[in-house]
Amino acid sequence: MTALLEVKNLVKHFEVSRGLVRAVDGVSFSLEKGETLGLVGESGCGKTTTGRCILQLERATSGSILFEGRELTTLDQSELRAVRRKMQVIFQDPYSSLNPRMTVGQIIAEPLAVHGIVRGSAARAARVKDLLSRVGLLPAHARRYPHEMSGGQRQRVGIARALAMEPSLIICDEPVSALDVSIQAQIINLLEDLQSEFGLTYLFIAHDLAVVRHISDRVAVMYLGKIAEMADRKTIYDNPRHPYTKALLSAVPIPDPELEMKRERIVLGGEVPSPLNPPSGCVFHPRCPIAVERCTHEIPVLRDLTPGHGAACHLAEIA
Amino acid sequence: MTKYIIKRLLLMIPTLLGVAVLIFFLMRVVPGDIVELRFSGETSGVSKETLAIERARLGLDKPLWHQFVTYMTGLARFDLGTSMWTGAPIHEEIKLRFALTLQVAIMSTIIAVLLAIPLGVLAALKQDTWVDYSVRIFSIAGLATPSFWLGILFILVLLVFFKWLPPMVYTPFWVNPWQNMLQLIWPALAVGYRYSAVATRMTRSAMLEVLREDYIRTARAKGLWQKLILTRHALKNAMLPVLTVIALEFAFLMGGLVVTEQVFNLNGLGLLFVESVAHRDYTLTQALVLLVAASFIVVNFLVDLAYAWIDPRIRFR
Amino acid sequence: MATVETFADVPEASAAARWRTFVVDFCRQRPLGAIGAAVVLLNLVVAALANVISPYDPLATDYGAMLAAPSRAHWLGTDAFGRDVLTRILYGSRTAMLVGFSCAFIGATLGAVIGVTSAYFGGKVDLLIQRVMDIFLSFPLIILALAVVAMLGTGLENVIAAITVPMIPRAALVARSSALAIREMPYVDAARAAGFRHGRIILRHMSPNVMAPYLIMLTAFLGQAILLEASLSFLGLGVSEPTPAWGLMLRGAAVQFAESAPWMAIFPGLAISLAVFAFNLFGDSLRDALDPRLRTQ
Repeated sequence: MTALLEVKNLVKHFEVSRGLVRAVDGVSFSLEKGETLGLVGESGCGKTTTGRCILQLERATSGSILFEGRELTTLDQSELRAVRRKMQVIFQDPYSSLNPRMTVGQIIAEPLAVHGIVRGSAARAARVKDLLSRVGLLPAHARRYPHEMSGGQRQRVGIARALAMEPSLIICDEPVSALDVSIQAQIINLLEDLQSEFGLTYLFIAHDLAVVRHISDRVAVMYLGKIAEMADRKTIYDNPRHPYTKALLSAVPIPDPELEMKRERIVLGGEVPSPLNPPSGCVFHPRCPIAVERCTHEIPVLRDLTPGHGAACHLAEIA
Repeated sequence: MTKYIIKRLLLMIPTLLGVAVLIFFLMRVVPGDIVELRFSGETSGVSKETLAIERARLGLDKPLWHQFVTYMTGLARFDLGTSMWTGAPIHEEIKLRFALTLQVAIMSTIIAVLLAIPLGVLAALKQDTWVDYSVRIFSIAGLATPSFWLGILFILVLLVFFKWLPPMVYTPFWVNPWQNMLQLIWPALAVGYRYSAVATRMTRSAMLEVLREDYIRTARAKGLWQKLILTRHALKNAMLPVLTVIALEFAFLMGGLVVTEQVFNLNGLGLLFVESVAHRDYTLTQALVLLVAASFIVVNFLVDLAYAWIDPRIRFR
Repeated sequence: MATVETFADVPEASAAARWRTFVVDFCRQRPLGAIGAAVVLLNLVVAALANVISPYDPLATDYGAMLAAPSRAHWLGTDAFGRDVLTRILYGSRTAMLVGFSCAFIGATLGAVIGVTSAYFGGKVDLLIQRVMDIFLSFPLIILALAVVAMLGTGLENVIAAITVPMIPRAALVARSSALAIREMPYVDAARAAGFRHGRIILRHMSPNVMAPYLIMLTAFLGQAILLEASLSFLGLGVSEPTPAWGLMLRGAAVQFAESAPWMAIFPGLAISLAVFAFNLFGDSLRDALDPRLRTQ
């Protein structure tokens, strides 16, 4: 089975006046059709940039991105246009991700018309209504402007817009972090329902492990432009090997009061270092509770501990 | 800071070069040439040979690229050449007229500043009162009144009520200051009103910005004078945009007095420009445009420098 | 595009309602602006109905009534050819409105599209467009207009071109700075991710969202265009005789006969000032209403 998406050694550096920001620094992973990979990390770890590079909103500095067997990084504008239909995005901020000058109907219908997915305006209107009902909105919402809707409703519009293109991959860039907690679950459930209905593949970007626990098949944890640990959901939650993953997990509340009482919290010292000049050796070592001398000069590679469970830590077996 | 200055100086070069190239080709696209225009008055008809000789004398028989190279190499040596129409060196042609236009520009700037700063500050301090409204209407009217029409009105009033007209011949300031003033104060006033309107509006909004600061709002209860004193420090920063419009407006006047000069029959840069275009005097027109563009670019540069000096963050952009 | 029609009825109804509240609020909160708008409207009506309301033919010369002072027959007097000044002012508003609106609309629109394009592409394209705009900006307005007129000759269309060209870089500058912020909006990323063409993103997704600065520029340009047209015509580089135009009415004769027939110099100038004054009054209030950052508390 070939992967739907295969990212190999993705690097994205930004040049700024004071140097080079290493936003993404050698990230590799693959996504099988129909699965959901959760990409987790603190803000500034490069998870969003990774998503933007896959979408070709940013051009990668180096590395390869294979989507449905095609190399995206070398495609020109017109070739890219065809591929983009199959690869959609849902943004974090439902307030700024919809054009305020267009009605919901226009927003959803536009890609249908541009890509010739549905021909004829009556047929498009019908498809818009169909899409709206699939994401839990009413046909009447088509006439609304985004500012006339709530945050959750807007996020549903964003989902409908992505679905309109009939994509195989959807990159969900923190799709629920800007929403009320009560709405979050609704949107996640909706995404799950749609996944089984349309056979969608998700790259689900989030800043904490609690959100992705429910929806992900596998989880990758990023820190300062690199993947720290990657494994299937059960392994990462039950048997994390990287100290950073452990720290993140310890911050997640457990819904059982007794277990919650016993929960040990690992509080990381200090701030996330600037990606302008990342620490030498293991980028995590200045904040790592178990770092040894070796960690300060030798960069740990992401290596398989067991098949499908990789960690980038020299001490992964011991810790 | 030095690095910033050098960067900005280097950025001026392509802009000036672009202006030079643009005006060169713009003038060649304009139909008719200087030789035809010069002999167009003669009814007897001029032989083709005469025209050809004249063209050759002015170097107009050479291919366009050749003329362009000559022009650019001249520029590189800061040599503006001679006027095609009068044959006099261009810097001689420009010198006196430049002095006149510069003087009118400086005088209107002084008038504008004297009007704008007190009016703008007053309007801001008395915001939304009749004082504010009067100042605003006065300044909007200033923007709406064509300077040349105001000039005509001045002449009209002087003529009808005082039976007097300003002297027609230009007297340099250092020869006879009184005579000079009698002539130039009127165009300066006519232009200064519009100019002051721009500056008044900017002063008002800059002051309002300052007055909005919290610590000043707490002092609202106190008198007007205390308020002014309180804002003294903040004023320095707030005056930057005011300085900017004054500077840019000044640069604009160097090339923008065309119509006013026409009304008052002043032999300034504007009139020279209109004539040089009408005569298709390529060399003179090119030199004038470069001069005006250069003064605009330099003023712009100085303004940017002032900003960067006050707000160091700008340097990194 | 077809969907615009499909859903046109309802959003337009709500848009109309919003417009109505905007207009009502505007008149209530900014009486000066409302007065300006009223004068602008009056000007437009006069321009449209000049042939109906004018007492005379604007081109008809009457050598029996040359330089006649204002009287019952000629409210604002006559000029050196015995033409009725009031009639020529009324017809002149046609020229002024035509020039004003076409220049402001074309200049602001082209400028906005160029500015948005510059911001959208960024990088080298942006740098190049900025440099070209710089070059045009450092050409003084009137000199650029002069050059265009010298190149194309006088006449209404050429005057419009001459005034529009220098406006474009000014509009582009303003539009670019607003568009830079819009460029970073996720909905623009969404449009890019949807595989839309650059032109569609620039015209449909970015340009409509620089509406406020666009409208502000448009109203500011209206007054400026009328002033510039008057200046050019006054210099003899604009509209040519016998077309009735305010600047042209002030040219030559008005100065020459200033003492004996001052009405020739006063009334056309008043017409210019009043029209531009009204546009500025309206534009200022519109700017305050549209741009919260500039709103004075």
